[in-house]
Formats: sequence, C-alpha cells, structure tokens
Amino acid sequence: MGKKQAGTGPLSRRPDNSAFKQQRLPAWSPSLTAQTVLPTFYILSLVCLFLGIWLFITVENTYELKVDYTNAGTCERCFDLRKHVIASKTPCTCTVSFQVPKTFQGDVFFYYGLRNFHQNLRRYMDSRDDAQMVGRKNNLKAPSSYCAPFDYDANRVPIAPCGAVANSMFNDSLTVMYNPAVGSEIQVPLYRKGIAWYTDKNVKFRNPPTNDTFTLQRAFEGTTRPLYWQRPVYELDDTDSNNNGFINDDLIVWMREAAFPNFKKLYGVLNRAQGPFTEGLPPGNYTLYINYNFPVEPFRGRKELVISMVTWFGGQNYFLPIAYLVTSGLILVAAVVLTMVYVKVGKKGKNMED
Amino acid sequence: MFRKRPPPEEERRLRANDREYNEKFQYASNCIMTSKYNIITFLPVNLFEQFQEVANTYFLFLLILQLIPQISSLSWFTTIVPLVLVLSITAVKDATDDYFRHKSDNQVNNRQSQVLIGGILQKEKWMNVRVGDIIKLENNQFVAADLLLLSSSEPHSLCYIETAELDGETNMKVRQSLSVTSELGDPNNLAQFDGEVVCEPPNNKLDRFCGTLYWKDCKYPLSNQNMLLRGCVLRNTESCYGLVIFAGPDTKLMQNSGRTKFKRTSIDRLMNTLVLWIFGFLVCMGVILAIGNAVWEKEVGALFQSFLPWDPPVDNFLFSAFLSFWSYVIILNTVVPISLYVSVEVIRLGHSYFINWDRRMFCSRSNTAAEARTTTLNEELGQVEYIFSDKTGTLTQNIMTFNKCSINGRAYGEVMDILGAQKKRVQPLDFSAWNPLADRDFCFYDQSLLEAVMVGEPAVHEFFRVLSLCHTVMSEEKKEGVLVYKAQSPDEGALVTAARNFGFVFRSRTPGTVTTQELGKAVTYTLLAILDFNNIRKRMSVIVRNPAGRIRLYCKGADTVLFERLHSCSHELMNITSDHLNEYAADGLRTLAVAYRDLSEEQWEAWAERFNGADKATDCRDDRLSAAYEEIEQDMMLLGATAVEDKLQDGVPETIAVLSLANIKVWVLTGDKQETAVNIGYSCKMLTDDMTEIFIVNGHTVQSVREELRKSRERMLESARTRDGGKEVEAQGWGGACAFGNGCGAGGASNWVSNESKCSPPQAPPSSFLESISGEFALIISGHSLAHALEADMEREFLETACACRAVICCRVTPLQKALVVELVKRHKKAVTLAIGDGANDVSMIKTAHIGVGISGQEGIQAVLASDYSFSQFRFLQRLLLVHGRWSYLRMCRFLCYFFYKNFAFTMVHFWFGFFCGFSAQTVYDQYFITLYNIVYTSLPVLAMGLFDQDVPEQRSLEYPKLYEPGQLNLLFNKREFFICIAQGIYTSVVLFFIPYGVLSHATQSNGVPLADYQTFAVTTATALVIVVSVQIALDTGYWTAINHFFIWGSLGTYFTILFAMHSSILFNIFPKQFHFLGSAHNTLGQPVVWLTIALATVICIAPVLAFRFLKLDLKPQLSDTVRYTQLVLQKKQKPCGRVGRGVGGAGVASGSALGRLGRGGSRRSGYAFAHQEGFGELITSGKNMRMSSLALASFASRHSSNWIDTLRRKKHANSTGMQNTPPTGEDSAASSQAPPLSTSSSPAGKAGQACYEYVLTHSPDDIALSVIRSPEREVGEYSTGTVQEAPFVWKGTGARINGASSPGPPPIAEETSSGE
Repeated sequence: MGKKQAGTGPLSRRPDNSAFKQQRLPAWSPSLTAQTVLPTFYILSLVCLFLGIWLFITVENTYELKVDYTNAGTCERCFDLRKHVIASKTPCTCTVSFQVPKTFQGDVFFYYGLRNFHQNLRRYMDSRDDAQMVGRKNNLKAPSSYCAPFDYDANRVPIAPCGAVANSMFNDSLTVMYNPAVGSEIQVPLYRKGIAWYTDKNVKFRNPPTNDTFTLQRAFEGTTRPLYWQRPVYELDDTDSNNNGFINDDLIVWMREAAFPNFKKLYGVLNRAQGPFTEGLPPGNYTLYINYNFPVEPFRGRKELVISMVTWFGGQNYFLPIAYLVTSGLILVAAVVLTMVYVKVGKKGKNMED
Repeated sequence: MFRKRPPPEEERRLRANDREYNEKFQYASNCIMTSKYNIITFLPVNLFEQFQEVANTYFLFLLILQLIPQISSLSWFTTIVPLVLVLSITAVKDATDDYFRHKSDNQVNNRQSQVLIGGILQKEKWMNVRVGDIIKLENNQFVAADLLLLSSSEPHSLCYIETAELDGETNMKVRQSLSVTSELGDPNNLAQFDGEVVCEPPNNKLDRFCGTLYWKDCKYPLSNQNMLLRGCVLRNTESCYGLVIFAGPDTKLMQNSGRTKFKRTSIDRLMNTLVLWIFGFLVCMGVILAIGNAVWEKEVGALFQSFLPWDPPVDNFLFSAFLSFWSYVIILNTVVPISLYVSVEVIRLGHSYFINWDRRMFCSRSNTAAEARTTTLNEELGQVEYIFSDKTGTLTQNIMTFNKCSINGRAYGEVMDILGAQKKRVQPLDFSAWNPLADRDFCFYDQSLLEAVMVGEPAVHEFFRVLSLCHTVMSEEKKEGVLVYKAQSPDEGALVTAARNFGFVFRSRTPGTVTTQELGKAVTYTLLAILDFNNIRKRMSVIVRNPAGRIRLYCKGADTVLFERLHSCSHELMNITSDHLNEYAADGLRTLAVAYRDLSEEQWEAWAERFNGADKATDCRDDRLSAAYEEIEQDMMLLGATAVEDKLQDGVPETIAVLSLANIKVWVLTGDKQETAVNIGYSCKMLTDDMTEIFIVNGHTVQSVREELRKSRERMLESARTRDGGKEVEAQGWGGACAFGNGCGAGGASNWVSNESKCSPPQAPPSSFLESISGEFALIISGHSLAHALEADMEREFLETACACRAVICCRVTPLQKALVVELVKRHKKAVTLAIGDGANDVSMIKTAHIGVGISGQEGIQAVLASDYSFSQFRFLQRLLLVHGRWSYLRMCRFLCYFFYKNFAFTMVHFWFGFFCGFSAQTVYDQYFITLYNIVYTSLPVLAMGLFDQDVPEQRSLEYPKLYEPGQLNLLFNKREFFICIAQGIYTSVVLFFIPYGVLSHATQSNGVPLADYQTFAVTTATALVIVVSVQIALDTGYWTAINHFFIWGSLGTYFTILFAMHSSILFNIFPKQFHFLGSAHNTLGQPVVWLTIALATVICIAPVLAFRFLKLDLKPQLSDTVRYTQLVLQKKQKPCGRVGRGVGGAGVASGSALGRLGRGGSRRSGYAFAHQEGFGELITSGKNMRMSSLALASFASRHSSNWIDTLRRKKHANSTGMQNTPPTGEDSAASSQAPPLSTSSSPAGKAGQACYEYVLTHSPDDIALSVIRSPEREVGEYSTGTVQEAPFVWKGTGARINGASSPGPPPIAEETSSGE
C-alpha cells in the first residue's frame, strides 16, 4: 500500500486518499421514485400501444396463403407411394388446386413448408461438415466423423455433401400454374436463385476449385451423392450450371437448419417481369404441380406451399403486434394500479416508524 | 509433506555441546518452514488441493463427460476455459501467498545469533542453530529457540523477558537459571558444560515445562522458570546464555501457531446448501428432459430414423434417454456456474482491500492501518449481533492518567469554565519550567494545585509525599535527570508520575530506602516496611522513617476500607472527600483515598515485633500478617483522594452507543476485577445510572449461582410488571415461545426470529418477554460464577438472563471461559458473534467467534495473528461493522441474487427449447456464447456492483445504525430471496424463449428469407438475454460510478464486438467448422423484427420487476430506502445535508441531558486496582530485583533456591530485619548520582526562572514535535488528554463540560488527520 512513501514517517503506512480507495467515487445513485417510475410505465404503455397498432396495420395488409399438399388432391397417391422405402425411386407427380382470394401485391414469395420435421435435433444439426461445403479438397474426400453414418457409402466412398442434413434435403419440385378466367393457364414465373443469405451463398458455401478444363463433375470425382438424392450435387440444377455443387441455392437454403419442427423455407420469388404478374400475384385459381419426392409420412409430417407478401417488417406475423398490444394493456393496468397505490396507500417514501 | 516422519517423541534427550550425540535423535533444526510449496511441487500439490474442492471436481467430471461423443452436447472448451481460468486465478493467489511466506521464513531463518561452537562464540544464522547448542543472547534480542537458561549477566542469574509475541502480556517476566549453571559465567566454562537434559517432548503448553538436568552425577529438576521461549525478547539483561532444547518447529511458539480453523460465513453455508439444491434441481430437470427424450424417441424419433438413425450404441429409446440425461446435465450445468465461487472470492478480496485502504480506520499514532487478514468473512461483518470485547487494551488504552485529586477537602483538577467554551484552549501546565525532573508527557490543567504546592500547603505536600513513597515502582535513571519508572501496574505509575511532576520526585530505591527529591531537595527515607497490597485488604501502606527520624505510615487504598480506619478527627474531611469521590466515580475515574499516620518509635517497635512474629509463623502466616497490618493501619489521618482515569480508547462510549443502537450487544469479558470492570462499564456508558437494576452474580457454588440468576430474572419480571401495570396478563405468559435474536427486531420484521424460537426448554423463562423489557438491566458475573453458569444444565438459564440484559460484563474470566461464553452464544443464538481483543488471553475467544478482531499497534501480536481483522482502535469497529460490514453484506447479497438470477435466465432457455427439439440436448445458443456468457459478457457489471455498490452513503450508515438490522435478521439473502431470484430467472427464461419463438417461427426478413432458422434464433435469444440481464443489473446497481458505467456499457459493447467477430468471414475461413455462425449477427441484427422482439422481451422481463420494486418501496419501504429518499429530496431542495430523523447525535444529547448525578451507588467507587499482583513489595524489600552494590549483594549471595519467590516468603522476616541492620544505602545512591546542573539549580519554584528559560530554548518546538512522533506512547498521552477536553462527550453528563454537550453532530469518526505533523 504505502510503497510509494517508502519513508518511515508516522504516516508512512497511511492509505492513499484517492476517491477509489476511500470508496468516494463520484456516482449517480438513481432511485425508484414515483416521479420516475410512473411516467416510465405510462410512456412504455404508450410506446407499446403505438408499435402494436402500427405493426398490426402493417400485418393486416400482408397476406399469406398456405396450401397443404401432403395428401391433398391427387397427391394422395404419391403420399401412399412414398410410405414405402422400396418405391422411393419411383417418380410421382400430382396436382393440387387452390384459390388466391386477393391480389398479393408487390413481391410475392413462395415457400415450401414442413411440419414436424426436426431440423433442430442436436445430432442432426451436428451431422454436417462445413469444411467440406466450403470446398476444401481434403475435407471433400475425408468427411468429418460428425457426418456418420452419412459420411461414407457402403463402398467407403466419401459422400459429398455428407451428413444427415444434406442427405435429407427437400427434393419436391413445385410448379404453380395460374388459371386466369380467360385464356390458358400460365406458369407463375419464379426466381429460383438469390433466395439464400448473401454470406451463405458467397462465403459459407464454395465449390471445389474448377476452371474451364476442370469441370465441377471432375472436382467431385471420388465422392458419391448422398444416399437419398437422385442426382449428384454437381447436377442439382439443370438450367443453370452456376447453381450447381455446394453453391446450389436450394441446398444452401436447406442447410440453414430451422429452429423449430414446423418451418418454411424459401422456394422462389415471383418474377414480375411480365404477364399478369407485374403487380404481384393476381387473385384467381391456381394449380400446384408437384414432383412428389420427399416422404413425410414416416415421421407424420406435413408439406405445404406457402405464398406470402412481404413488407418492411417481413411476412405476415400477427404474434408481434398482438404481443405488443397485450403488453401495452398490461403495462397500462400496472401503471394505473401503481398510481392508485401510490396515491391511496403509499408511504411516499416515508418509513413507517418515522 | 512426503518427508519421512520420525515416530513421535516419548521424551527428549540431549547433551549440551555435543552435536554428534544429539544428531542421533534427528531433532528438528531451527529452520522453520511455514510455506506450503516450492517451485517444483507447486503445480501438482496446488492442483491436488484445488481438486479437493467439490466444485472443481464437479467441473472436471463435466469435462470428462463432454469427452464422450454420444453425450457431449457442448464443446469441451465451454467447460475447460472457465475451469482453467478459475484454477489459474486460485493458483496465482496461492502462489503469491506462499511467496510471502517464503520471504518471511527466510527473513526469520537468516536472523543472526551467537552460538558457542568449540568454545568460541560464532555468528550463525538462526536456521543453523541445533538442539544442544549453547547460544548467547543480548539485551533486546529475540530468543531464537526454546532455551534452558544457563546463566545471565544479572545478579542471581535472573533475566527478564517480555513475552508479548508469545502470549501478549507486556509486563516483564523473570526467569532464573539453576544455581549450578549460573556459576558458569564465561564462554570457556560453558564450552565445557556437558550436562544432559531429559525432558518432555515438544508441546504447545506455554506455561509448563518439566525436565531434568543430569550433570556431574547430580539431578536437577527443570521447570518453566528456567526456560526462555522462542518469540520472547530479552529485556533489562545485558546478556545470557541458554541451551537449545527445542528448535524450529518444535518450539512452543511454532507448536502454538497451529493453522487457524477455516471460518466460513453463514452466506457461505447458505450458498453451499443452495448449490446442493440447485444440483438437485439440475438432476430433476435432467430427469424430466430424459423422460421427455424417451417419450419423444419412442413416438417420433423412432420414425425419424430414416433421416437420423440412432447412434450406434443406442438401440432403444431408453438408452437414448439415459444419454440425453447426461447431455442435459452438461448443458444445464451453468445453473451452478463455476465463476460463482471465483467471483465471490474476488468480491471479498476487493472488500478486504477497501478495509485495508480505509483512511478512517488508519491510526496515525501507531501508524497502523486496518487490515483484513482473512478475505473470506467480509459479509459476515454486516450480520454481527454479539460483540465480545476484552477490556484492557481494547476498550481502554491501559494508560492511566492522574486526572483529579481532592486534597484536604479541596478538589483540584476540575478546570473551572470561566472562559466558557474556550476551555479547551487551556494549556496543560508546564512543569518543566521549575522541575527539570518532570515528565513532559504528564498533563494537568489546574493551575491552582501547582500554586498550592508552591505556596507550600502542608497537606498538599504530604499528599504528594504519600504518592511518591507508597508504591512498588522501580525507577531507572540511565541518564542523569531522565527517570524511567517501571510500574507493575499503570495506576501506580500514574500516581508516582503525578507526584514527580508536582515536585515530589521518586528517584531511586534500595531494599531499605527510598530516595526522593522533594521540591529539588534530595531526601532519603528509610523504608521500614511495605504492607503489601492484596485483594482483601484493598490498600497498601509503607512505613518510613524520614531523615529527621520521624516514623510515618503512609497508606493509600480503596475509600471504603480506608474510611473505616480513619481517626475520628478526619470525619468532616471524610464527608467532603466522599462527595468528591462520588463526583469522580460518576466520571468513571478510579479513585483512591490517601492517608497517613504518625507512629512513635515505641509504637513502631512494638508492632515490628508482632509483625516479625506473624511473618515467621508457619501456620496461617497470611492471616496473621494481615491481622498485623490491620493493627497498625488504624487512626489514620485522611489526606485526600486521587482520581486516575483509566483512559478509554478514543471514542469508545460513542462506539458502544452506536453499536447498541444498531442492535448489537456488547459483552465485556475481562480478566480484571469486578470493580475495575464495572468502573469501565460506567465510563464507556455500557452501564448507566438510569438503569433499572444491575445484577451481580458472584456466587461460588452451583446453587448460589442458580439462585442469583433466578432472582435476577424474577426482578426483571417484577419491574416489568410494575411498569406495565395492567399488562400483567402478558407477563403471566411464561413458558411461551422465546424469541432468539435481538429484541428490537421483534415486530413485523422478525419472521425469522420467531421461527427459530420453538426450541427452548420448558423451564426457560420466556425471553421474548424478557427481551421486550430489555434495556434497563445489566448483568455482571464473575469468573467463578461463570464456571458454574457455563455448565450444561445451567448455560441455558445463564444465556436467557444475560441476553435479557442490555449490558453483560464478565469479570475475572480465564481465556478459556471467554471462548466458552462465545461458544455458548454462538451455539444457542444462531447469531453472528464477533470477538475483539488485543492480548494473548483473547486468542481463544477470537478464534472461537465467527469473526475475530485483533487490536494491532500494541506490542503483543498474538491476538492480531489469530484474528480475522485487525486495527488499532476500538472505535474503528463501528466503521468496520456499520460501513464495511454492512456494505459487504449488501453487496454480497445483491451479487448472489443477481448471479443466480442471471444463470437461471440463461440456462433455463435450454430447458424450454428441449420441448421443441426432441429433447436432444441441443443448445439454444452458440457454444462460444455459452463459454463467454459467464466469464465475459455478464461477469464484470455484477462484479462492479458487488464491489462498489452503496445503498446509502457511509455517513448515513453511521447516523442511522438501524440500517444495520437487515443484516442481522438475514433479510437480504435467504432461502426466500433465493427462490424469488430463481423464479425471476425462470420467468425471464420463459419470456426469452417464447417471445422469440412466437415471433421468429413465422417471421421472415424483409427480403422474404425466413427468420426461423436456428442461428437467427440463437443470436436473437442471446442478444435479448444479454440486454435483459444488463438492464437488470442496471436496475440493481444503486451506485453508478464510472466503473459501473464502463463495465455495463463495456459488457454490452464487448458482446456485440465478439458476436460480430465470431460471425465474421475471417474466422470462418480459418476454422469453418468452429465458426459456422458466419454472417448470423449481420443478418439477424439488421432486421427490425429482431429488434422489436428483443425490445418486447426486455419490456416484458423488466416491467414486472420494476412494478414490484416500486410497490415494495412504496408500501414497505426499508429504512435504507427512506434514507435514500430523504437524501434525494434534500438534494433536490439544494439544502446542505442536514440530519433528518433521529440521528445518533440527537439521541446522545437527549440521553446525555437525562443523565444526572443522582443515585450514584458507592459500588462504583474504589477502583483500587493499582496492583495487579501482590508480592512485589516482598520483591522490593528482598532487593532481588535490584542491582545492588557489592556490599548489599554479599548479604544475599548466600541464599539461593530454585524457587526464589518461595524463598522470599520464607525468609521475609530475615530480610526485613536485615534491612534495618544494613546501613541505609541511600547515601550510596545519592553519591553515585551526580546531580545534574539543571536539577540543582531548580529546587524551589521561584528560583527556577532562568532554568526554565534555558530549558525551553534547548527544546525547540521542532524537537518536541520530533520526540512526539518518535514515541507513540507519549503522543497517546497528549492526544488523549486533549480528547477528554475536546471530544464531544455527550454522555459524560457533567454539567461543567459544556463543550461536549454543546457540540452536536454525529460521533466523531472524523478522518484522522496527521496530528503528528
């Protein structure tokens, strides 16, 4: 303590007179008084109310449509077919009709939704190899042990992409046809790219290095496709060769595991370049054509198509505005009660004994 | 610790000067080692010790669990990082501690001593001294090992030691060597000495030694009288030789310094219980989740196997559930955070430093700061209910000052307040002006007494003559004119010093003479007899013959005994003196009456003969002696009375008053006599005149003690009945519940109190009732009664009675009894006890109590070594308890509440998530977040709160001692509070999980990408959590210093910084597997939805807390809230802080004015305590303790005995007659003392002008100041006298002391300024 004053004077060991050591640091000591607490409550209530109403109005103008096609329409057949593992390779297509009651204005987003599919199981989530997906050659041929049992196939050939997540990728293809009142049906044009996070598409998922002579297919040589896949990873997208391999948007979207067993994942965005879709999705009858591959019966799941509008706030989501409104109400009640208590019975900061 | 240990010694055998022979036995060398580790053993031993801690082992176990891949639900580093951190912090602390031990060991081991090797004295380090060596000690040296004294330079081979370091007693003790060895004077002879000692094996009994010396075919018994123990200091002895018997770790000092028992605080114990509960809770949650897992795996997981087959060892849902249990144990382990223990230690360490740094607990006089010697007990300081205090050296300074006197019916010393408030400016009298022999430290303020001396009033002269003659003080005059008195008790010293300053200087004595300098003239009296003091006589007398041949008996003693023996013509004077005595007693002064009697030669001779007869008697010698004394001490003429102040330490009455207002009971446990103890009780206002009754339990038998206790209880009840009148019905409620705890807590606040109270035995009186009437009673119990009262069948009764009294004083208690009393209260009251003392006799009690406080800065350090806290002034206790203790408790409680809260809020989210993720032990958060949450994101703000929080400023806690109460009642952190915290934590976790769940499961970003992915959810929840707990800590923090701001904002900032860093592409590109949260922060926190979610969660979490706190504040405000509120209001009004409400000062003034001088009992007077031991008179008359001329020596040389004091007793008669026959040696001394020039010139007061002038010149103010600084004792004298005059002694009650009463304000805990500069 008194090392500074090395002397041996009578006060050599006196502690320093610093505000810190003497616990006299200047400080602000707030205290809960009626003057601060009650207004806080009222203001909080007001703010919540305002937010709640604002959000509510926003949400009210956002539409969402869900089409459960698990065994609806002609999909009953496919549903039954997919119950059996043996028939998993048999192609099956089906259609489901649905109606859009109001115009979906602006950008319209198409999602596939799964219910009761647990992407959030610990071992499921661990069962992937990010090092492989970033295109590292070593990892490509030697998938992480976390991927087991989806790391090597029966012949000890490494699987790319490995792991349960990739293996269980959603592989229905959905086509939505618009049936206008007059004229033939028009396919609703969808952008199937640009539906993943920028960082995922550009950083997290990379293909192994290729060049003009060294094709993607050769890069993946020595690996095999996941067990449940019909196509190898480098042939995921027929239409766009730049959307193949690990950087395939559908794969990336799938690989971003959902937090809860009921989830939806982006399938495509309405291309508003032409036709009746420039304003959005017009109301009317639609038909959903499904290439029915993904089995949900074993785990009692459901599949659906979700069509949704988006505002600054995102898609339709009543939870938040309602939660705000409820909170606002409760805080208001609390504020009133507190005020009453303060006015009627409160000690106004006086101790009883005083 | 792996050293080969020889079997325990049966007996010790050694031969002097024979190292070879002694080496056979492999006795420990004199090298001491208190350190635990060396560089090589540090790591393994320290780790081994650390893993003996349950918590550390638990985390090690978790770590091992995590290595099993099927179980591992977290990465290994989430556990190992905190564990390593914790282990290394502890290791660093241990290493530093050990380093200092090494250093002090080295310092001690390398001290030099002189060892006789091969007949030559050689310098050796202490550590090289061996058993059987002969070493030479010189004056003021520390004894290096336990030695057998062989010879010394002093006559009779006596040597004096001071055992302060050993047992704390500062008086000197005498040791004597065996006569056979004492003749071996010089090194040559000693080198030939080859005696063999056979003695007891090493033990820790300080007062016992038995052994035998075999030398030259003779056996000589050895006892403790022959031993010099390590740790003592040689005093007043030029040199001595000793034979090493025990060395190093075998010495009694080291054997006594056993490792102190590790004390735990009640919070510690509570914490351990709670941690166990949490473990139970953890297991429950694990079981619930495992069951959930079993069900899920059976119902869903089994079907999901095509996507996710079970791990190979798992073949059914039950096994999966089993694994899931362990996985969840790992995940949920953060409810028992490893950082809890470390943080608690850090906080306590911080609080200890604040104690060490406190300038207001620094004593400039002794240059000692307060020291927290233990860092584990701080918060318990805020819960103390009982203080057990030693008296001497703790409450009092053990300094006596001659304060007032009454001579011939006139009172001196009371300075009349002619100048009113300016009284304090009165300068102490300057004696040096006319009396060069005066003690400069002596302060007296009444000029009139000095005038009376100068005028030559015979009574005044005679009065001081008594004081200068009738005592057993020894004087030493190393330099001419510089007298040093060695008084056996400070009272005597004070009286003799007073006489010295008033011109009656006691100069020197021989066995048969006393030489004084009376007003500059040397006078030698022949000392005819010393009628020594004892407890029954309560007086002492001397019979002297003055140079003129007249024989006079001078007597001083307790007024009660002395007044009975006065001549009838003194009666009038006696009445006046008695009045004065009453006044003095009211001021808490120790009084003595002084008288003389003229004896004719015939009377003397007749008596001397009878006396000799009595002295020679073999049977009932003592009785006969006292009868003889009685005979001559009759018909005395009263001279007056003295009043000596047993100087209390500064601020003692104020401190006790404040402490008792804080509901802390102060018990005084003292070895002193009842009178002294009661006297001090009055002067420190523990006892007051307006107390209803003071019970004195003094019985010697079990029955009488029981009876006395019973009676006192009855009396209490009776007085309560008479007081309450109609409420007698209540009084009948005997046998009801007896509330423990303090009486003032009885009320709504004492839920806890009454819960504990159902266990009293049926015969116990309802102490709830007794306590409700407390405040007017005091109990004084003596040691022998206490022995009975502490027996198993009566201790309950004793405790009930004692606890019903406001003040309890136990006198004449042994150190063991002190510990027993503490133990009793500790055991039955479930209250926190604190023991404070300064001496070795307090060690046992200091060690027993929950908290031991040692008074440092005194000479003995034994108590300090045993203590947990040490400081140099009793009054610092109020600061230690009311400020530091209170804060520590408050901070610790707030810290713990928050800590448990934040960890439950953090961990329970996993539990809720379990229901959505198939109970698969998936964590909600990123693993790095889990790793860092406790040690980085949330540790510092709560640490800052735990270190710096203050609910009310320090001066308020002293002004409102009631603020201390919550700690005593354990209100701030108990099981209930714990459950509230847990509930709040769980509530928060529910909100933190379900709000994001509700929002995110359907939400999408504004670009249509769903937000329901796991990483987004994890980031949202984590961010919401960090924000909520930060807001909560902001709410909890009552005192926002810059550090708090820095830590709270800093933690939030750190969180976001680390979050973005962890989610950056740089880290991902290096370790893609480890940092796969790439981009989550950016993507998530850019969304307004997420922020709206976080804001909503925060509001929902915090608003109820705010509402409840406000309600509590509004409906049931605590005193601290009120004080805080008042302060706020005052600040707003911009008024200077006046005291609102009932301050201590106000109460003090009130009680001060209520205190009159009425009804003072005589019991308080006659603090005849000036001689603590009898027998010194004999020592003087025997001349044993004097350096004598060779002539005188010759007459004693023939008498030797191993037990000299016995010899004295036996040979008393021979001595005293011998005295008469020896020619008065006064001439010798007078001749030898060449009169100093100053002393010759300054005999009568009038002529001293010139001398006075010179004196002042030679002692320039600087000189004086320096000397003041150099000698602490001296300053004590000056300072404390000043205090008496100046301190606001509101309670003093004497009307004359206006300044005290007129000075309002809180008790003076003013910061010590450099009074020495």
